[in-house]
Amino acid sequence: MTTATIPTPIIETTREIQFREALREAMTEEMRADERIFLIGEEVAQYNGAYKVSQGMLDEFGPKRIIDSPISENGFAGLGIAAAMAGLRPIIEFMSWSFSLVAADQLLNNAPKMLYMSGGQWGCPIVFRGNNGAGGQLASTHSWCVEGLFSNVPGMHMAIPSCPYDAKGLLKTAIRCNDPVFFLESERMLGDKGPVPEVEYTIPFGEAILRAEGGDATIVSFGRPVNFCLEAMVELAREEIACDVLDMRTIRPLDIDAVIRSIRKTGRLIVVDQSWPFASPASEVITQVCERAFDCLDHQPVRVNTDDVPTPYAKGLEQAYLPNKGKIIEAVKSTLGLL
Amino acid sequence: MSTATASQGRQRNTGASATLPDNTLLGWLREMVLIREFEIRTMQAYSNAQIGGFCHVYNGQEAVVVGTFAATTKQDPIVTAYRDHGHALARGMDPKACMAEMYGKTTGCAKGKGGSMHMFDRPNNLYGGHGIVGAQTPLGAGLAFATKYENEVLGKGDKRITLCFLGDGALNQGALHEAMNLAGILQLPVIYIVENNGYSMGTAIDRGTTMAHKLEAKAAAYGIESLTIEHGMDVCAIYDAFKPFADARRRDQKPGFVDLHTYRYQGHSMSDPQKYRSKDEVGQYMEQDPIETLKKQLIEDRACLTEEDFKAMQKEVRAVVREAVRFAENSPAPDPRKELYSDVFVDPLPNSSPSGPYLHGETNHLMRGSR
Ligand SMILES: Cc1ncc(C[n+]2csc(CCOP(=O)(O)OP(=O)(O)O)c2C)c(N)n1
Ligand SMILES: [Mg+2]
Repeated sequence: MTTATIPTPIIETTREIQFREALREAMTEEMRADERIFLIGEEVAQYNGAYKVSQGMLDEFGPKRIIDSPISENGFAGLGIAAAMAGLRPIIEFMSWSFSLVAADQLLNNAPKMLYMSGGQWGCPIVFRGNNGAGGQLASTHSWCVEGLFSNVPGMHMAIPSCPYDAKGLLKTAIRCNDPVFFLESERMLGDKGPVPEVEYTIPFGEAILRAEGGDATIVSFGRPVNFCLEAMVELAREEIACDVLDMRTIRPLDIDAVIRSIRKTGRLIVVDQSWPFASPASEVITQVCERAFDCLDHQPVRVNTDDVPTPYAKGLEQAYLPNKGKIIEAVKSTLGLL
Repeated sequence: MSTATASQGRQRNTGASATLPDNTLLGWLREMVLIREFEIRTMQAYSNAQIGGFCHVYNGQEAVVVGTFAATTKQDPIVTAYRDHGHALARGMDPKACMAEMYGKTTGCAKGKGGSMHMFDRPNNLYGGHGIVGAQTPLGAGLAFATKYENEVLGKGDKRITLCFLGDGALNQGALHEAMNLAGILQLPVIYIVENNGYSMGTAIDRGTTMAHKLEAKAAAYGIESLTIEHGMDVCAIYDAFKPFADARRRDQKPGFVDLHTYRYQGHSMSDPQKYRSKDEVGQYMEQDPIETLKKQLIEDRACLTEEDFKAMQKEVRAVVREAVRFAENSPAPDPRKELYSDVFVDPLPNSSPSGPYLHGETNHLMRGSR
């Protein structure tokens, strides 16, 4: 059964800031309000952030709260987990989620399972955040999209903003959350500008947002590829094909109700995500839709993922590998029998 | 870099323990007897298939937790590996909650969700039992980080130290080396205590670990001061060496490393044919049994205990353990409808999982003070 929810309204503003500034504002405002919050990661303090997300934060909060760590992801992830258990509110910055793989034991065994293993005695209020995803010709070791791999594990929330507004609102929710949050940013978007109001706001987890409305097909996506979906939507509109574009905002929880509401109208589902197709968020969305709303589908669902190969370096190969506007348009048309 | 070596056994006991009142040492004796008797019943229950999974007992190593904990307060965080029943009991966990956990009962410390390897006791600041070798070592750094942060940034809490226990096998896990480097760089008041029982499963320490004869070298590489306690079967020797070391770490809020020589009497886990060591070797260590050693000292040197007193102590402890077993046997198994989906999230959100909604959990009342 789907439930109709009233979506949290977007606050209009003319102020535009970068994605990285939105992240910084979220952390800074929360740190001013709560002394238990600290930030640790590689180059976050004196270097002002490898990607300048934490620029200026050392000056404001000092070295006891903005902490440069040696290159020891497993070590500082574990340090944060125990600090969270002991009552602090750590923000752990991974220069890239690609490098979080060496911390897999702490990330997957300890953070999400501590509450369960301890029979409810110790939760783990911690945020792990950093760049996720390919697109900068960094080849296979540095282009990880961890959403497919990590979202398999119960016990944590996973947020994946597509624009500065959501980056700020979702990160504030993540920092205030009493459970572990994996927060997936994108290096390719850090310089993107978008409207972010000065007034205080947060975005709840598990609430997708309809970025565009149209009755012909439902396009569902997560994070950066939402923007490719919007490009595709604009081009399809020129051919009089109108699409719902749903930005899921979080992978866990997954607002499957919003997806089902949309396909009740369109009967057609295209899911776009930047990880590999096998056991990906796209496959999860499609499975849940088939389980809960099979009767609404007028065409088999289609997923658009990266190709199922290691991420290549060469520009042309990488472009061929990534989801893009063209692939999304093709997928939409295939569900409409237009190919 | 200062190092020290423990005093050589009970004859030359002129250390800090000599000035402690009889009652304190009698308390240590009782704790060691409790752990020993508890583990005897654990082994029985395991062979009767009342306890499942992997189960690692503490027989022989009792002096380690009793001697080191004596230098801490209950506010000092403790974290350890999977051989953790002794740590739980010595920290003050109700033996009933500990036994019930192994029986997989809802009255266990973790309501039967963690088992033998994952003993957590929030009221007593025992941050687990951890099943992955070495995984607790970054946690040890984090607990020390938190106590220091509370003290220095939040301006509350006394100066505390964290004890992070590990087996000699964990010396070879990358996690420890990242954690020790972090502890050194950030000057975290954590003491890494290697419970060096000479073996990781069937691998004798010098077959798996470089510098096995001088583990202090590992700590020195991270600028961490260390201590070797050779007489780790003697609780007074442990205390005498460890107490001043711990006090200094507490005062200076700095890390430490202890190579504490001990021995496990039983196999690695409950299913270990022990082909890698001789009965003679085990026998030699049993000659230095920590309970016998302290008992003798209390009878002969302090004259505060008689054989009869000791028998009475054993009898009292056995009744406590029998009661723990009875409690575990008679406790209800967790109800899957209530417990399977609770304690996954502190604040469960809808649509988190396709397999069902998560539920709010209730903490076992024996672990009062939790949450
Ligand atoms: C990462 C990891 N690898 C392997 C194991 C399996 N294992 C469990 S205990 C153990 C031996 C550890 O010995 P030691 O650290 O000396 O502790 P002790 O059992 O002597 O207390 C091994 C190999 C594990 N639990 N975790
Ligand atoms: Mg060992």
